[in-house]
Amino acid sequence: MSRQRSLGIAFALAVIAVAIGVVLSYSIHWFPVQASVQAKNTDRLYHVLVLASIPIFVIVVTVILYSIWQFHMKPGEELKDGPPIHGNTRLEVFWTAIPTVLLLGLVSYSFVVLHENEKKPAREIQIGVTGQQFAWTYQYPPSVTGGAPLNSSQLYVPKGESVNFGMHSKDVIHAFWIPAFRLQEDVVPGITTHYRATAVRLGNYPVVCNLLCGLGHSLMRSTVHVVTEAQFQAWIKSQVTAGSSTAAAGSTSSGATG
Amino acid sequence: MAAKLRAPGFYRAGWMMVGGALFATALTWLVRMATGHSTFQHFISPDAILSVSLLAVPLAFLIGIGGFDYWFYWAIGRPTRPEDHSSHGAYTWKDYFRINTDHKVIGIQYLVNSFFFLLVGGLLALLMRAQLAQPGSHFVDANTFNGLFSVHASLLIFLFMVPVFAGFGNYVIPLMIGAPDMAFPRLNALSFWLLPVAGMIMLGSFFAPGGAFADGWTAYAPLSVNAPIGQTFFSIGVQFAGASSIMTALNFLVTIITMRAPGMSFFRMPLLVWANFATSLLVVIATPFIAASQFFVLLDRALGFNFFNAAKGGDVLMYQHVFWFYSHPAVYIMILPGFGIISEVIAVKSRKPIFGYRMMAFSLLAIVGLGFTVWAHHMFTSGMAAWIRIPMAITTAIIAVPTGIKVFSWLATLWRGVLHLDTAMLFALGFITTFTLGGISGIMLAMVPFDIHVSATYFIVAHIHYVLFGGSLMTIFAGVYYWFPKMTGRMYDERLGKWHFWTTFIFVNLTFAPMHVLGLQGMPRRVATYAAQFADLNLFISIASFGLGATTLLFVYNMVTSWRGGPRAVSNPWRALTLEWQVSSPPPIFNFDRLPTVVGGPYEYGVPGAVHGIFAPAPAPTVAGAGAGVVSAPSQ
Repeated sequence: MSRQRSLGIAFALAVIAVAIGVVLSYSIHWFPVQASVQAKNTDRLYHVLVLASIPIFVIVVTVILYSIWQFHMKPGEELKDGPPIHGNTRLEVFWTAIPTVLLLGLVSYSFVVLHENEKKPAREIQIGVTGQQFAWTYQYPPSVTGGAPLNSSQLYVPKGESVNFGMHSKDVIHAFWIPAFRLQEDVVPGITTHYRATAVRLGNYPVVCNLLCGLGHSLMRSTVHVVTEAQFQAWIKSQVTAGSSTAAAGSTSSGATG
Repeated sequence: MAAKLRAPGFYRAGWMMVGGALFATALTWLVRMATGHSTFQHFISPDAILSVSLLAVPLAFLIGIGGFDYWFYWAIGRPTRPEDHSSHGAYTWKDYFRINTDHKVIGIQYLVNSFFFLLVGGLLALLMRAQLAQPGSHFVDANTFNGLFSVHASLLIFLFMVPVFAGFGNYVIPLMIGAPDMAFPRLNALSFWLLPVAGMIMLGSFFAPGGAFADGWTAYAPLSVNAPIGQTFFSIGVQFAGASSIMTALNFLVTIITMRAPGMSFFRMPLLVWANFATSLLVVIATPFIAASQFFVLLDRALGFNFFNAAKGGDVLMYQHVFWFYSHPAVYIMILPGFGIISEVIAVKSRKPIFGYRMMAFSLLAIVGLGFTVWAHHMFTSGMAAWIRIPMAITTAIIAVPTGIKVFSWLATLWRGVLHLDTAMLFALGFITTFTLGGISGIMLAMVPFDIHVSATYFIVAHIHYVLFGGSLMTIFAGVYYWFPKMTGRMYDERLGKWHFWTTFIFVNLTFAPMHVLGLQGMPRRVATYAAQFADLNLFISIASFGLGATTLLFVYNMVTSWRGGPRAVSNPWRALTLEWQVSSPPPIFNFDRLPTVVGGPYEYGVPGAVHGIFAPAPAPTVAGAGAGVVSAPSQ
């Protein structure tokens, strides 16, 4: 078989492999549901990265397989050497420059997505997150409750509203990860860390501690409830009432015993 | 018997270790008494005694076996034993269990010791996979599970990946550059014996009260500060392994810079020597940082220094910066020598010069330089200042360029060659494939928004295992098969070797590829149980991992039987040009009975009549070495 013909076959197979890769990359369900604005942006970035990676991987594998097919030692070649090619400056400049440009392009696009995901919106609400071995609690400040601050073991967020989570830890480092939002940040003793999420899909999604925090780490999970604005206000109201009544009961009982 | 107790060896090491433990007990007792622990029971603190013993007993062991007793003889004015190379060579298997200053013996010690810890670390991984086969299983409890993955990673990083390459370097580098030994043979022996010490400390932590260290090999503070005493085994074990790395790296640097044969300019060095040169630079600059990070933890734990106690003004994030300033370059420490091995194998087995030799050398140095500027990409979600993410993401993306140059140059070396597809070559080609996948997922992780989602998930587990198992370990297998005839004087079983390659290649991908999906889907790493939605993939991974574990048996069987009774190897079975293949298999005790002079590049395949080194004519019996005029060839 002539060199041209075998190269043609290899090229055709490589194109087919790329096509199959692209189809697969769109047909596999890589991620959990997209429950936030940020999730949509990040997933798009992921697909761009996969699309850029497929041809590179296919080129590498094609060259290896083609070399095995065409250049493997044939009987009688036991003592034969290949041609003494020491290099090719043009080719080397090419495969230095092209990946550099491609990588800088991708990383620039990732910064655009990062900026989009983190920019400060016109209006946002604050919710506090406290990590401790091995549970999450959430603080709703007066600006959200419209009254006394609320401390709860449940996380409710209104759909369509940007939420700024302010996180701190009582003991060791945890990580506050909501896979459906594609967002996480470590919860570090001594400092407050932040991220913003805008939920866009109603439902209940897992909250996961994603940094080893001790024996109960595997079970340090919680749930985020994405609800409508009205449901959110109703839930806050019910919690504040329940909370104040228990607080009142607590103060009476402590007054009685004291 | 009395002579045995005085002479360097295991008997002397035994009683000295008892002495070390007694010293630790006495010291802690005295210090606690002096600092106001008033009642008798407070004088004895098991944790304090154990902590000091972990430093004193290993040192006593090293002195006892003769690892560094030299200084003490010198200090008290006793006659010292000059290094006369009389202990070179190993004649029975027992010689491998003694202090030996022969770089070839030390190289074998390094390799066998490393593979022992590979098997142990691999077994720990299989125990983990047994636990993870189903959600909510109780094969082991949470504390044991956390210990399993922590010790697994620590052993495989500090006792396998880093030292196994030092083992290759020790055996091959002096031969490749035409030197009779390493520059500092005694330091070389000490650097090896630190390793079993470090490994035993880490494994020993399973017997510590409260269990093995269980905070991951990253040992993030403040979790590690308040952990049970097992954590101290990690903090101190790392010190011994790190000291070993630094000593070997210094030895390599001095050997490569000062002991090259006449005519061996830097640009005539084989790329394996270049790779170890670059790696050694990384090791000597970076390793002190992990030593520091663990000393901080140790001081916090044992003496209440509050480096990482936020309530007392400590800085929790500083631990991560110091830790990753070593531990990111460490991944290059664990792959650059592998790049060197692949360059040797691909050039020889393709019968072609390596494509773009100078760029191959420069790209190693570029990785060394850039390698120090990317550490905070492990901390994109750590809560550090947000702006640091931008430059670190750019350098992380750019460091793929020199790595890409290497991959493309290997591919170009294959082109139009005469490919000998034996086991070493198959592992080299398999390496390029899986390592490219690991590199691609690495570039993805440089992209901050994506990293924010998958950081510390199974996607990371998949990435690191593609790079270290699919990458580094493949190069190590390629290297073992490639140099096995030289090291043992025997040929391995080619058929078994190919079986080993194909089963490893298949099971590596079956085991680690599905982990990418688990991570994207939301499964965290380092968990003993997980949500039910991940059950199917985890069961699949567990089954594949047992297959992967079984493939190692093929390798071990092949190595052991071939070493004992394989057919005799000729001096140069691969028709390679580099100097180690120009001497007998195994090489003479002092490597070169006749001094080599290097006259050309190391990979001039296909150039008619090209040679890399020529050997001085055999010296005339009366004037030894006068022919070469530089150094006399050591006589036996």
